[in-house]
Amino acid sequence: MNMDKQPGMMGQKKGNKDGENTKKGNLFLLPAVVLAAVLLLYFFPENREKTLKASYNFFIEIVLILPGVLVLTGLFSAWVKNETVVKYLGHASGFGGVALSFFLGMIPTGPLYVAFPIAGSLLKKGARTSNIIIFLSSWACIKLPQELVEMRFMGIKFMVLRLIFTILLVYLMGLFIEKAAGLNRAKRNDES
Amino acid sequence: MEINYTVVFINAAAVIGLGLSFYKNKQKTRQALKVAVKGLVKMAPAILILLILVGLIMGFFKPEIISSLLGDQSGALGIALASVAGAILMIPSLIAFPLTASLVESGASIGVAAAFITTLTMIGFVTLPIEIKEMGKKLTLLRNGLSFIIAVGIALIMGALL
Repeated sequence: MNMDKQPGMMGQKKGNKDGENTKKGNLFLLPAVVLAAVLLLYFFPENREKTLKASYNFFIEIVLILPGVLVLTGLFSAWVKNETVVKYLGHASGFGGVALSFFLGMIPTGPLYVAFPIAGSLLKKGARTSNIIIFLSSWACIKLPQELVEMRFMGIKFMVLRLIFTILLVYLMGLFIEKAAGLNRAKRNDES
Repeated sequence: MEINYTVVFINAAAVIGLGLSFYKNKQKTRQALKVAVKGLVKMAPAILILLILVGLIMGFFKPEIISSLLGDQSGALGIALASVAGAILMIPSLIAFPLTASLVESGASIGVAAAFITTLTMIGFVTLPIEIKEMGKKLTLLRNGLSFIIAVGIALIMGALL
């Protein structure tokens, strides 16, 4: 019903379908997690304080970060044209698209869960699956400040070697996942 | 420290972006905010799960347990254990590297350290619900599964090289 109100959003249809699927999953998962937490905290009262404090700290972190991320994602979906994303990150973007995906991920901008909404909207706007996988992986483990900390604690040899192998394997993984998920993607493009 | 920087950066970008957007086109700005609110509603259950799991993991798993489990582990079993531990735990990288360094000091092999760091950063067990919501089940499972394999691969290569 509310789909009709936003004709500008591509892939909305598919998005809703996915949402319903996972909503069912969460309906089961959420009570299960809550029950597990209540039982654990009941039987191990000595861990209560630490658990609640960790959850609280994390809650603060999310409250401070998430609204900004969601607003940015909203602005992105309203202002950036699909053609622009397709041009720079789509199937014809080639090596430049790969490099851009690595680079976008490397910019130090917070924890991985921040990247999921961004990656999701890039996908909806026509970015190549392999580039999005590269973007997420690079966001996860090729952060500039993180590499410096790694160098300090683990040595430069460890850091450089791990970086090289990560870049290589992440690139291959992107291509492989795109192939594996390929059929699905083609169908989605037909729908929208 | 890391968080403060992130908070300032993201919120400044959001506020400036919103201001510019509103100045240029009210209609589009309204649409953007609608998308943002919808995203929040969509993510809310997954975020609740994430909050509870992070609390439980931080409250029940102690760094000492990891050290004692992986301390002098090396070889295949050590790499397997380290990969699983890294996939489940969610530790900020600023704490993760000193922890890993202490693992190596207490006898863990380089391969174990590489496996731990790689799965720790690339795989988010607790963020799976959010990732599925945004990326779909198929891509999420493929990415996390393959990242796990990659982590083990990197660990084996580095263990052989260093």
